[in-house]
Amino acid sequence: MTISYAKFAARFSRGLLYLFMIALVGFTALPIIYMVSTAFKPLDELFLYPPRFLVHRPTMRNFFDLLTATDSSVVPFSRYIFNSVFVSSAIVGISLVVCSLGAYVLSKLKPPGARFIFAVILSALMFAPQVTQIPTYLIVSGLGLVNTYWALILPKVAVAFNIFLMKQFFDQIPDALIEAAHIDGASEWTIFWKVIMAVSKPAWATLIIFSFIGNWNDYFSALVFTTSETMKTLPLAIQTLAGGPGVVARSGALAAGTFLVTLPPIVIFLLFQKLVMNTMVYSGIKS
Amino acid sequence: MQGSLEVNNPIQLTAQKASRFKLSSSMKRNVMGYLFLSPFLILFIVFTVIPVVQSVYLSFTYYNMLQPAKWIGLSNYSVLFLEDDIFIKSLKNTFVFAVIAGPLSYCLSFMLAWVINSLRARMLFSLAFYVPSITSGIALSIVWLYIFSGDRYGLLNNLMLSWGMISEPILWTTDPDTIMPVIIIVSLWMSMGTGFLVFLAGLQNVSPELYEAGSIDGITSKFQELWYITLPLMKPQLLFGAVNSIVAAFGVFDIAVALAGMPSPNYAGHTIISHLFDYAFIRFELGYASAIAVFLFFVTLGLGRIVMRLLSSKDQ
Repeated sequence: MTISYAKFAARFSRGLLYLFMIALVGFTALPIIYMVSTAFKPLDELFLYPPRFLVHRPTMRNFFDLLTATDSSVVPFSRYIFNSVFVSSAIVGISLVVCSLGAYVLSKLKPPGARFIFAVILSALMFAPQVTQIPTYLIVSGLGLVNTYWALILPKVAVAFNIFLMKQFFDQIPDALIEAAHIDGASEWTIFWKVIMAVSKPAWATLIIFSFIGNWNDYFSALVFTTSETMKTLPLAIQTLAGGPGVVARSGALAAGTFLVTLPPIVIFLLFQKLVMNTMVYSGIKS
Repeated sequence: MQGSLEVNNPIQLTAQKASRFKLSSSMKRNVMGYLFLSPFLILFIVFTVIPVVQSVYLSFTYYNMLQPAKWIGLSNYSVLFLEDDIFIKSLKNTFVFAVIAGPLSYCLSFMLAWVINSLRARMLFSLAFYVPSITSGIALSIVWLYIFSGDRYGLLNNLMLSWGMISEPILWTTDPDTIMPVIIIVSLWMSMGTGFLVFLAGLQNVSPELYEAGSIDGITSKFQELWYITLPLMKPQLLFGAVNSIVAAFGVFDIAVALAGMPSPNYAGHTIISHLFDYAFIRFELGYASAIAVFLFFVTLGLGRIVMRLLSSKDQ
């Protein structure tokens, strides 16, 4: 009798925990649900009083408005989408190769000075990137790169977080694997590509996700390094849509834009979620 | 004399040859190493190391981008701390934010990760809490501005009015008293990010045998398990999360601007980075802005080092 009561109590409290967590999820999801539903609202539902949380008659009109009829500005919205996709993908691709190569050296080849370089990288993890924005701007403008894609890409390639992540993962790859490849006569380059990168798929999946999401949402760089309308990226364009003249008239397009900006990170994270969890285990800082 | 003897000895000759071969092969490895490292190193030095050094230099100068930088010693710093009331205000705001949102988001993401780890549908729950952090803060601020809108149409005001909790709409993002709480709430909502994932991964990696061993040694409650087994094992992850949340807490800027505007009413949502941005890219007083940047740099670096020491000293 007492045992079954204890069992019942345990089950009951567990049920309560689930209920609580589901309620919490519901609460944190509210803004996102609202955002999604607003993107599909027809004009009359957008201006209802009292405001309606969920859409009743969903429509794709807002998206057409956004993509085709942004007549008031000179640049079509598709240009911002292209900018964001191009810049984010370029950063991710280049950073993956550059940081993995560097991490391989720091983790396995360890030339003299490797420890010092890693210590500097660790310190670089510890400050906000905005701290170096002014000199970075001076360097970018000194190199004549303002308002080019290079200005948005180059400063974001050698990121401390990325090389740190790769190095922590490479550290737990057994050295015997590399030695075996050496004995088989493989060059360092072959070992890096065919051995190290082949077994580090979770690590570079993680780098791709974090780097893509971070750069996709990055607002500060585009704000500082570009002045021309054609070079703007999505977060900046959205901000302009929100703050520009005729705010009310464009609020449907704005909701659609917000939806478009938010979607890619979620899709990418969903695709790679399992791999990410496998890497994050190794990302602790050991000192 | 000794040398000639050595050379004549055939065994030593081969040994020397071997060591010379070894030396050259390790040198070759080092050259390869630097070659592989160079793309990273060059970009890292140009866009991270030099900017840090240059920030420090510029912070001692008056520089407006038109005329060359003029050395003025410590006066930027003395103006910053002694005369600039708005900086002191931004400092206060940032510290309030960091002290409340930093530890809160850190503990919250650990507790959530801990609870989720014991639930079924782990992936679904973790996704639900992670998604807010990967949405664009700028883009989502549109939703938040609707929720916290200052008129009767705003979601929160609307709810509170219809429930009779307030008789007049609250000007959430324009009243200096409520700006900071709103920024903190939105940041907390977005803060289950990288740290949360690291915790979750670390928790999954604690082997169940350790808990069994613990129960033999007399550990009875879940909280004892957490305190004596889980936490000590997760030190590297906890450290990573702590460094992350410090940097995030002191780097707060875009949400504050998106919600409260720039400058915000009575500077109530002004942060150190807002101040930095104001002087760097609106007023073009780069020397003064650099002093702000250098100050922020040392604050976060110092806190990072302290956290590292606190969490790693117990290991040995």
